[in-house]
Formats: sequence, structure tokens, C-alpha cells
Amino acid sequence: MLVKARVEVHIQLKPGMLDPQGETLEHALTAIGYEGVCSMRVGKWITFEIEGDESDAVESQVEEMCDRLLANPIIERYEYHVMREER
Amino acid sequence: MTVTLHDPVVNPEIVAAHGLTADEYEQICALLDRDPNLTELGVFSLMWSEHCGYKHSRARLADLPSTGPQVIQGPGENAGAIDIGEGLAIVFKMESHNHPSAVEPYQGAATGVGGILRDVFTMGARPIALLNSLRFGELDDPHVRYLFRRVVAGIGDYGNCVGIPTVGGEVAFDDAYRGNPLVNAMCVGILAQDDLTRGFASGPGNAVYVLGASTGRDGIHGASLLASAELADDTAESRPTVQVGDPFSEKLLLEATLELIGSGAAIGIQDMGAAGLTSSSSEMATRAGTGIEFDVSLVPRREPDMSPYEVLLSESQERMLVVADPHREPELMAIADKWDLACTRIGSVTDDGVWRVFEDCEEVCAIPVEALTEAVPTYVREVEPPAYLAPLHAWSPSPGWLDGVEPLAALATLISAPSLASKRWVFEQYDHHVRTATVIGPGADAAVLAIKGTQRGLALTIDGNGRYVYCDPYRGGALAVAEAARNLVAVGATPLAITDCLNFGNPEKDDIYYQFVEALRGIADACRALNTPVVSGNVSFYNQSSAGAVYPTPTIGMVGLIQDIEKRIDPGRAAVGDRLLLVGGDGAHLGASSFLKEVLGEVAGRPPTVDLEAERMNAKAILALNEAGLIGTCRDVGDGGLAVAAAELMFGLDPGLGIELEIPDRAGPHSSLFGEDGARYLVTVAEDDEFRATELLAERDVVTRACGRVTGDAAYHVVDVGSADRSVLQVSSETSISNAMRQTESNR
Amino acid sequence: MTKVPIGIVRFPGTNCDQDVFDAVATVELACPVWLWHKETDLRGVKGVVLAGGFSYGDYLRAGAIARFSPIMKEVVRFASDGGPLLGICNGFQILTEAGLLPGALMRNDRLTFICRPQSVKVETADTLFTRQYESGQVVSLPVAHAEGNFAADPDVIDRLEDERRVVFRYVDYRGDNGPDSNPNGSINDIAGVINERGNVLGLMPHPDRAMDRVLGSADGRGLFQGLVEAAA
Repeated sequence: MLVKARVEVHIQLKPGMLDPQGETLEHALTAIGYEGVCSMRVGKWITFEIEGDESDAVESQVEEMCDRLLANPIIERYEYHVMREER
Repeated sequence: MTVTLHDPVVNPEIVAAHGLTADEYEQICALLDRDPNLTELGVFSLMWSEHCGYKHSRARLADLPSTGPQVIQGPGENAGAIDIGEGLAIVFKMESHNHPSAVEPYQGAATGVGGILRDVFTMGARPIALLNSLRFGELDDPHVRYLFRRVVAGIGDYGNCVGIPTVGGEVAFDDAYRGNPLVNAMCVGILAQDDLTRGFASGPGNAVYVLGASTGRDGIHGASLLASAELADDTAESRPTVQVGDPFSEKLLLEATLELIGSGAAIGIQDMGAAGLTSSSSEMATRAGTGIEFDVSLVPRREPDMSPYEVLLSESQERMLVVADPHREPELMAIADKWDLACTRIGSVTDDGVWRVFEDCEEVCAIPVEALTEAVPTYVREVEPPAYLAPLHAWSPSPGWLDGVEPLAALATLISAPSLASKRWVFEQYDHHVRTATVIGPGADAAVLAIKGTQRGLALTIDGNGRYVYCDPYRGGALAVAEAARNLVAVGATPLAITDCLNFGNPEKDDIYYQFVEALRGIADACRALNTPVVSGNVSFYNQSSAGAVYPTPTIGMVGLIQDIEKRIDPGRAAVGDRLLLVGGDGAHLGASSFLKEVLGEVAGRPPTVDLEAERMNAKAILALNEAGLIGTCRDVGDGGLAVAAAELMFGLDPGLGIELEIPDRAGPHSSLFGEDGARYLVTVAEDDEFRATELLAERDVVTRACGRVTGDAAYHVVDVGSADRSVLQVSSETSISNAMRQTESNR
Repeated sequence: MTKVPIGIVRFPGTNCDQDVFDAVATVELACPVWLWHKETDLRGVKGVVLAGGFSYGDYLRAGAIARFSPIMKEVVRFASDGGPLLGICNGFQILTEAGLLPGALMRNDRLTFICRPQSVKVETADTLFTRQYESGQVVSLPVAHAEGNFAADPDVIDRLEDERRVVFRYVDYRGDNGPDSNPNGSINDIAGVINERGNVLGLMPHPDRAMDRVLGSADGRGLFQGLVEAAA
């Protein structure tokens, strides 16, 4: 039986890595009057749909995709959510 | 003929919403011999829009000189082409993307670059250079800073990704552009003359294909709505109609198109720009005198449930329309496949002169082709000079008006004014080296490219002025051309031809129409005198917002040739002891000048008198001096007069060098230093060559004055007036824009 | 004399391919050969160059997609067998994504693209590629990139430095570290690195654009000379 799932992947620079984009935006917000903003990081949000047999472990496939292509493990970390279609 | 009538009935409100007048609608009905259906109305609204139809400009543009022995292709094709010898041709054009850039500056500017690239490579020419002219409000406005940053990023990202160097440009800031920035993009390409391909849908029975990206809802009504109407304050609502560009796709399309043209398999090809599929198909058929028919359901889409109306009006980017012999289809498909591009047959060339559109084999449009192109109404009228000009021209400064204006402080203000300051912040974001042919890059008077395989050099410049044209449209138009020519001569090139982008407000308003007509008259006269015909161009009207109209701003893109690239004039090529010569003599004209605006905050008076004969003679004199090997380096005298030209010359010298300037003891130092009289150049010559140089100039009856020398102290010294530290001036120029851009921005 | 074939790989979006081809062609012994990304045959080349540009539009991350092209399998094998492999700009990015060189190239810290002439120190002339230079020599090679910020874990950086595998470093015209000498914020001003074996070199600056003084610098010639001699 075919199962459809919707996947969301969030990718960010690893903690501790300098994120100039995050820093720049943080300063800009402060400058236009937003107090108390800190720790801003900018990342990527990738969404897609995937089809497969019910027995497929969508999760392990997604992890493979992230490890191989979607994220660069040297400088990025990721987390993902899988939402299976209701039957 | 059967035409489906499943669209809502057309009524006067719908006609008006499509930007057509009642009178135009009647003409349409007469051409069709019936009422148009909604899809046909949409098509007319696009093709008869100002942006596509040039209703208010066509008749006047015909007065521009567009022929000459150097012209291979004049206006009327995707781009113009000129002969540069050795069997080679240069193809070039400039276009505007003003309104899209005000709404979404990054994509507006990026897709402007994309469009102009396609106009050039659709002719079979490989693009070799990009230039751009940008105008914004003043940089103290946070929204202006946002627009500026995003426009530069959009242009850079697109051009850099496609791999074409952006080698020159100009940026100016004035409150007149606050509500409506100007983004003009120019592309230059090269090809063997024999390979020039035109946009002709020839040969009834030939097949018509869509090559490239799929079609979505991008930019629907972009041409007719955005470009043909003034920008209202709620432009945020118009965001959905802006196109999104994909430079990677463009690079693939460029390679595929050139390969296709090289194979001979394409009979005619045109890019889909403003009005997408509609304009490309109708224009190709008009040029060939044929008809064309296609089925929109065959056009690859990226959105579901698109109506024929939407497919026809879509301005999705990176698409080409190809006409080819169906027997050569396998070659066409192989090339598309190699570059991973979709290529889909959608129809055929016919011989009945009709532009016919089907959806799933049902006819939805049937319009005589020429009704969409040749039959577009033209509007001409005579107008009187606007009321604002007389008081402006009556400006007469009171005695002692310049007391207390210290000349060197004024110079410091001028060269750090963003419009005149170094544009390094901008051009370092553009790849100006790719393709390894950039011999003189951004920052000089003009760019110079090596033409590989020859000894020749190509010189390029883009130049406009708004304030001058506002103050005196005729003079401003002529001086825009003259200034561009001076830029090319200053690097040792002979000007050959121009492309233009004419940015004005609402032509239905008499003041604006007058500006347009008179500026054109000035441009035409200058082009004739300087032998630089107009081979292509673009008109952008309705550049105004609730803040008013922009300054009338014709932008000139000029191309010149250096026969032997070794004989070019490099910036900074001078040594201690070299003499400064002011070729063309001293100036005194402060009306409408940068000095007046930037230092005194005034826009008044008229721009300098136009002396086209002097422009011509002095240009020739400079080139003769250069041919005789007498010129070290050269700057043309323009904005900011002699003082700024001298500062710019100094900034190009080796570190540790400076200049000493002598000005005549006449009507005060300001006139000589900042007067913007035309037809002048600042030149360095070796001390030993000064006599010969002066002699050569005297023989040609060119007024010249020895006005100083290159020194070994890094200072800018004006005899009997004062001195300034070179590094203080230079740093102030280099950091002006980057400092301004450190402040926060606002996207509304 | 038999010429040495040097392969230049073209990915969709590579736009410095012709510049590199022309640069290789200036070396007398060399014969530049095109390698299309869809091919799986290196056609007997003795050296390979991954040129600069925007392969796959730099989408996702620069070089991330190109490294999966069919030709890259062969390029990796070629490098594992010890063949000389040079990656310039986008080429360097592809090499790090493919794991042939350590580290990653991130977005410039200034967040914008930067194109300018750049002073670069040749840290070591003891590599196959840099024999034509002197160790410590300051050369001028233009940069043109948006993602040139070399980054790696501290222990990787330490190893690179200890093993003298940082081959190029950004400097000012005097050869020193100055306030504006690094165009992109890379750690330790690293501009180019070499692998342990010494046959794979990646750098962000463009030697292919420094082949002729009329274009600003001819300092890139030595690198192509070195590549061809290593391949011969």
C-alpha cells in the first residue's frame, strides 16, 4: 500500500560556528528598537513529499538524504519531521 | 471563424481595467470586425500597452539617426548590431526594469539582467559584458538603502552566476528618484557577422517550439499594469506580479541557444520577455510577414489549472521561442537534452497572417498578426515648454553668493557625495574579471575589453543625466550623448554607436511629453554630429509616484573601438613632473551643476551650452594626441568640473603622487574649478612632450591651457587657493557609500 | 614531443571553463581536453582541473550538487590513484563537498560577493603545484566569490598548519596580515589547501585570471606550469 508523507527538514550551522547573517540581523533588529534579542541564527527550511511502501522507514531515508546532500555535516546540523498521510 | 466565448463578456469596466481607452477598444473591434473575447482583450492590453506598443514614443523615436556604414542591424530587432571589422559584429542593447525593481528590488533587477542577456544571445551573439545605470533617492532614507542594497545584490547574483562580467556602470542619488528607482541594464555580445540570427518566423509549415523553463503565473500583467501606470503607494499588493529569475537556468539556455544557432537548425529565435509568448510569437510573425498558430495546452506549465489568458500573458523567465524546420527536430531536441532543458513543439508558422491560439484544439484567439504589432496606435502632439522652465532659467546668482564657500572644502563635499564618490562598494559585488578579457574595469571613465583573436579593444560606457535634462531637456539630451562619447575617447576609443534607455514620467502630461520630445531632439542632434547612430533602445514611461515624476533621464550606452589595444589610455599612467593640460580650455558654467546641487543644495539655471562641433573636434584632437603617443593618462571633464576630474585622475596615480593645479585669475576660483562646460578633457603629458602636444592641439584650433603638473607629494594642491591631503580625499570618496550603508534599512 | 593532456571538467553552470582552458593552453607542453559532467571516462588525461563558476547555480551549497555528477566518480578515483587534481574557486568548493579536501567553504563574512585583486602568500613551494614559486612569495591573484570562507574543526586546522598543508594565505600587498587583507573571513586567512598525499590542491583565488599582465597580473602562470609538470 502506498504511503505519502510530508517531510520538513530544518538545517542550521552547528552551534558555536560564527553566523554573520544571524549577527547582522540581530543588530539590525536592535537598532530599530527591539530590545533583548539575542542568539539569532539563520538556517534553511526544506519541505518535500515522499512516497513509498508502508514498510519503508521514511525516517532513515530522510537521514540519508540529509547526510549525503541536504546538509553539510562539517558545518551544519539538521532536524526533521515526518507527517504521514492519514488513512 | 470560431472563437470560444466561455470567458465573461467584455464590458467597459473590464476594458478600462486592462488599461485600454474606449477609443482604442473601438479600433480593436474594427481590426477584428467583431468584439474581442476576454483572452483576446488581455492580449491587446499587453501588446497595446505603452511598454510593448510604444504608443507615445514610436513616432518620435523614428527621428533618431539609426543608420551608417557601421550599422548592421538597427532598431526593430531584439538588439542592434555594428560592424567592428575582421568579420565581427558587436550586438548590444539596454533595457529598463524600473517598476519591478521598486516593488521587489532583488528580483526586479535580476530579471532585468536576465532579459537583456536573452535579447543579445537570441541573435546568436555570446554576451561578453554587462553594464548598468542605477538611480535612487538620497541615501539618508532607510527604504532607499534597502532598495539600493537589494538591486545591487540582484544584479550581481544574476550576472555573476551566468558568468558575464559586469564591467561598468553608474549610480546616482537624488530625491527625484525616491518613489521610483531607475534600473537600466545593458548587455554587449559578440559574433561573426555571418552568424547573426534574427527573430523571424519564416516558412509556413515550419514548427514552433518553447525552449527553456516552464510557464507559471509570473508577472501576469507585469507589462501592462506595472510599466504602464504610475506607482501607487500600495505597491506591496503588486508583489505577486513580479517575475522570479533563475540565472542557472539562463546559463544553460544561453549555451543551448548558441549551440542551436550554430547548428543552423533554428530558422528564427526570440526570447520571451515582456508579454512573453504573446509578444515573441506576434513579433516574429510580423517580421516574416507570416501567420502563426499554437496550442497553449502544449506549453509546459509549472502551475496547475492555468487559463489560456494566463499562459499567453505569463512573463516566466528563461524561455525562448524557436522556429525550426520540423525535419531538423531531432537536432533541436538533442541540444535541449544535452543542456537539460525542456523543448516542446506547440505549433506552426502559417501563411494567413493570423495569430491563432488554441486550447486543446479549440480556437480561443484569432487576431490578424499586424493588429498586435504594426496597428498599435501612435500618439503625437505638440506641446509648449512647461511653466517650471522659465523661472529655473532665470536664475541669476547675486554678487558675493560664493563668499564663504571655501573651494577645497567644496571639493571634499563633492567627491564624497554618493553620486560622485567611488562606487567600489557596488562594483566589488560584481564579477568584473570572468572571461579574462577585462583590460580596464570599473572605476575608470569607460571599460575596455580585449577582443580575443584580434588586436582590437572594445570600449564601453553607460551614462545618463536627469538633473541636466530636467533643467533643459534639449541640452541635457545632447550632453548625455556627448558625455558618453567623452568617456570613450578618454580611454582612447573611437565612438561607434549607441543604445539608449529613455526613462520619463507620464507622457500624457504635457510637461513630461515636452521633456521627452526635446531630449530626443538633443540626442538626435548629438548622435548625428558625433556619428553614433542609435541601433537599439528602450523607452520607460510612467516613472512617477505620489512623490512626483522622476527627473527625465535618458541613459546612453555607447560602444567604441580601439584599433590597437596597446594604444589604449590607461588610468593612472603618469609620473612625477608630468604636465597637466586642460584640452578644451577653461570653464565657468555653474548652472545646473553638481557643485550647485551638492554644495549649495540648489537646482537652478541651465546646463552648459551644447557645442557639438567642439565636442567632435576636441574628441578627434585627443585621439590624435594619443595616436602620436603623447598622452600619459586622461579623464574627461564632467560632473564636478575640472576639480573633480583632477581628483579622479589623482586617485588613479601610484601611491605617493599628487597633483598641483593652476587656475586662471578670473571670476573667482569656483567657476574655473567646478564649471561643467562641455567638450573638455584633462590630460597628462611627459614634460618633454608638452611642446609637441601643445603644437598639435594648436594646429587643430583646440583651446588648451597648461594647468598644472603631477607631483611627488600625495597632496591635491591648487595654487593660491589651498591644499588637501590626497589620502583624506581618497578615503572620503572610497568610504562614502559603504559608511552610508552601515545604517539600518527598511523594506517599506 | 607528446603533449600532456589535462582535463577541464564542465558542470552545468561552470563559467570559468574557457578561462581555465586558455590558461592551460599557454603551457607549452599541455593539451587541454574538455570533460563533460555526464561522461564517465576521463579520456586518458594526466591532470584534472575543476574550474570556477556556479555549478548548479550554487544552489543548496556551492559545489554540493556537482560532486554527485557521473564524472566525479572517475575524478575521485583519479585522485586516489595519485593523479594531480586542481580545484579553483567553485572547483575548491566541489573538492571539499566531495571529501577530497578537508573543511568547507562558507558564505563570506561580509555576506556579499567580493571581486578584487588580492595579495596571496605562497606559503610553501614544496608542493607539486607550487614549485615555480618561492616559499613566502607574495603574488597577486584576483578573487571573485560569495562563499570563500574556509572553515573546519580546530583540530583539522591545526593539522593543516602543522603539516604545512596551507598552501596559500590571504595577505596585504606587503605580505602581512592587515585589517582588510582577508576578503571572506576564512580561519587563519586560509586561501588554499592541499591533501595529505600532495596531489589535490584547492584554492579560492583565480590563477586562471592572472595569466597576463595586461589583465592585471601574470602570477598565475606558475601554478599551471606546476600542474602540467606534475602531470607529465
